[in-house]
Amino acid sequence: MNWLTGFFGDPANWSGPGGIPARLLEHVEFSALALVLAMLLAVPLGLLIGHTGRGALLVVVSANLSRALPTLGLLVMFVLLLGTASIWPVIIPLVLLAVPPILVNTYEGVRGVDPELRDAAYGMGLRGGQVLGRVLVPVALPLILLGLRLSAIQVVATTTVAAYTGLGGLGRFVIDGFATKDYASVVGGSVLIVLFALVVQIGFTLVQRTTVSPGVSQRVRSR
Amino acid sequence: MRDALLADGPPAIWLVADGPPTIWEWIARNWDTGRGGSIKNLLGDHLVMSLVPIVAGLALALPLGLASVRWRWLYQPTAGLFNVIYALPSLPVFMLLISVTGLSKTTVIIPLTFYAIAVLIPAVVDGLGSVPDHVRQSAVAMGFTPLRRLLRVELPIATPVVLAGLRVVAVSSISLVSVGAVIGEGGLGMLFTRAYQNPFLPPVIVGIVLIVALALVADALLVLAQRLLTPWVRARRAS
Repeated sequence: MNWLTGFFGDPANWSGPGGIPARLLEHVEFSALALVLAMLLAVPLGLLIGHTGRGALLVVVSANLSRALPTLGLLVMFVLLLGTASIWPVIIPLVLLAVPPILVNTYEGVRGVDPELRDAAYGMGLRGGQVLGRVLVPVALPLILLGLRLSAIQVVATTTVAAYTGLGGLGRFVIDGFATKDYASVVGGSVLIVLFALVVQIGFTLVQRTTVSPGVSQRVRSR
Repeated sequence: MRDALLADGPPAIWLVADGPPTIWEWIARNWDTGRGGSIKNLLGDHLVMSLVPIVAGLALALPLGLASVRWRWLYQPTAGLFNVIYALPSLPVFMLLISVTGLSKTTVIIPLTFYAIAVLIPAVVDGLGSVPDHVRQSAVAMGFTPLRRLLRVELPIATPVVLAGLRVVAVSSISLVSVGAVIGEGGLGMLFTRAYQNPFLPPVIVGIVLIVALALVADALLVLAQRLLTPWVRARRAS
């Protein structure tokens, strides 16, 4: 507890480039950048593979491999290979690890749509792209958002670990505090990251509640 | 210079006095140095730190899952709580635990066990939910006591779903252990931190390859276990 009051009570921790607001902003920026890039890659690819059925093996392999790949090892490898002149050597592994959960769940979501529903859409005269956009995506949305939530949780955690390889963000308090035996900073930083992760988790759950069509989420029972 | 490095103790696990060694030379030199940081010892540490959470996670998730099936009202709060725990990033959790368990393997093992439970409780509940009602009723009609029914009928039928969860747990535990290297207890992950402090690529490659290989072996063993434990699944497919 003393550590917490020591960390949060110190006015020096609330201003400047090493302060809590700046570090929090960095953490949000890096996480959001990685998540958005991963989303831009994984959602279209997952929709395409789920819709056409081609390349399903790629999805399964990437899902298994990404769970097995050690994040810290990947981060260190990219930094040793590409240097630390820019943030990209750290952002690339973040994106790589964020892609598979979105890819798998988008694919599963589209693939799991009732074939009769799909046929009905075609029967109504919709073309391939329209079926995808107006029927498959809304019905698959719960799983797509689940993938995004899992990915976001993963990215927040990996961004923390990435502080070890020199990236900014809340992980800095933890890594630097540990290196200099400043345990107030370690404990305070850890609490901040945990709170941030919980806020992200709650945020995505709320998005899921509000954006999924009521008919799909069964909030409104269809007759 | 070389002797000075050696006298310095464990950190000098690679020596670049003769120019940078190739990856094979590096492996040969560091596989078994008789000191704590050898690849062999780190591999052993890694196995212990990933196996304990897998086994302990299953041992704890089984009763929790069974209780959630027996008393349905228990499932939502338990699953919700573990869902929240699962969302907590490992590194800050390790850091917060240090003040309780110190810089030890336990500090890494405890959070990994909780992540394992979070994945396995739904697996146990869904697995038991996959037992068809007529099968359960047949067992009751045949005079099975509740305990025997659980052990001889319900758990075997739940096995494929539980093992699917266990495969996820095994693979992610094996890769997550390496984050512990940041606090000095990361098994093969220690190769990453040392390679970063003393910029050198081969240990990173060796670490990644060994961790992925361990994960694949664990996954294959669980697939094999499923074949042996549920022979009827294949028999049904063949007929």
